[in-house]
Amino acid sequence: MTDSPVLPLNRTCPYSPPAEHVRLQRDEPVARVTLPDGSTAWALSRLDDIRSMLTDPRFSANRQREGFPLQPRGVRPDADERPLLIGLDPPEHGEARRAVVGEFTIKRMNALRPRIQQIVDDCLDAVLAGPRPADLVPALALPVPSLVICELLGVPYADHDFFQSRSANLLLRSIPPQERFVAAKEIREYMAALIVEKAKNPGDDLLSRQLAKGADQEELAGLGFLLLLAGHETTGNMISLGTMTLLERPEALAALKEDPAVTPQIVEELLRYFTIAEYVTSRIAVQDVEIGGVLIRAGEGVVTLANAANRDPAAFTDGDAFDLGRAARHHIAFGFGAHQCLGQNLARLELQIVFDTLFARIPGLSLAGPVDELSFKEDSTVYGLHSLPVTW
Amino acid sequence: MRITADLDRCVGAGQCVLTDPVVFDQRDDDGTVIILSTTPEDAETIGRVREAIRICPSQALALAEPGTTS
Repeated sequence: MTDSPVLPLNRTCPYSPPAEHVRLQRDEPVARVTLPDGSTAWALSRLDDIRSMLTDPRFSANRQREGFPLQPRGVRPDADERPLLIGLDPPEHGEARRAVVGEFTIKRMNALRPRIQQIVDDCLDAVLAGPRPADLVPALALPVPSLVICELLGVPYADHDFFQSRSANLLLRSIPPQERFVAAKEIREYMAALIVEKAKNPGDDLLSRQLAKGADQEELAGLGFLLLLAGHETTGNMISLGTMTLLERPEALAALKEDPAVTPQIVEELLRYFTIAEYVTSRIAVQDVEIGGVLIRAGEGVVTLANAANRDPAAFTDGDAFDLGRAARHHIAFGFGAHQCLGQNLARLELQIVFDTLFARIPGLSLAGPVDELSFKEDSTVYGLHSLPVTW
Repeated sequence: MRITADLDRCVGAGQCVLTDPVVFDQRDDDGTVIILSTTPEDAETIGRVREAIRICPSQALALAEPGTTS
């Protein structure tokens, strides 16, 4: 097919999904689309359709299945490589997730609050002691989630330059698949070596606790790789995008400063508004399925335009508006179904602490330049900001 | 009305606990839901329970109306 839209499309405005995604949602909510490798897939853009698809056992998350959308061809993981948690289907997925999800309960996350607060305060001490303007991406947005996930996992933070550079490359669509594959392999090898070390000298950390519970070392290396990657890129991007957005909206910022009780709701609205990771929830049909009157055949791939879906007029009133009072928690910024983000409550907590602390400690914070001069991660699988110069 | 949870479906996302920590909790070991209060009575609590049912990613929660079994 030559006339079907080619996805993924880059966002051209930080505050809006690509216009073509919005058009598809209106005119063709289950659309035949072309992917960069020339293959075709279906794109879903309505919230209800995506929620149904992600809870339907006739769709598989297994990236190793032939025809899974947006997987680099010719550089597939070795056949004997264990699938990652995000690629498992029932019943293996439930078992694997339950083995680790106890590390991410609300109770466990709340217990991390004082340490996260300390990390945020340390970063802001350094910002306040440094020159103006300051770039909040390397000074706050990246190190906070990076330090938190490193401490939780038991990964030495001293190695963060190594995995930070590889994490970023891994997600860039402009980097050739072979190079992305190498970046992934390097992090997995690093993790495998670290786990061998943990087996000898256990610490008070997630990886050591999983080993003590009898986790398979190779599977654990895959899990550690995923958690490190997800813990780095996603929360950091939401910190920078959220800070930018709040600085651009004085009424939102005033509400947040006045009453910390509204911060969780503001964080939820930021998550919905940006929906920074859209293609993580791609799937492949393993049986024929009809969605919205369209037949999706077994073996066909499905991608989700989650940013448009999180503004779907059928699910959100005036979804293009950033609305503090919205209290809309049915968004799919963390995905939906059994694979919904494992670290979502860690991300929420980090974002709440960062915003509350940042604007309390630097009340005069402002952007050092106009938003349209900022550099956005337009070609990354996870949207975000390359840098965020601020002053005070 | 009685809240029911399908523990085979539950994936421990914790959205229900965020919605109403008086009604919902999680097991420490595998994160699956614990229902602390199975028969909500006041309208506000029932509203929050319905929200938890709506946003539960694994669709593990349900409200059984009076007279039905689950």
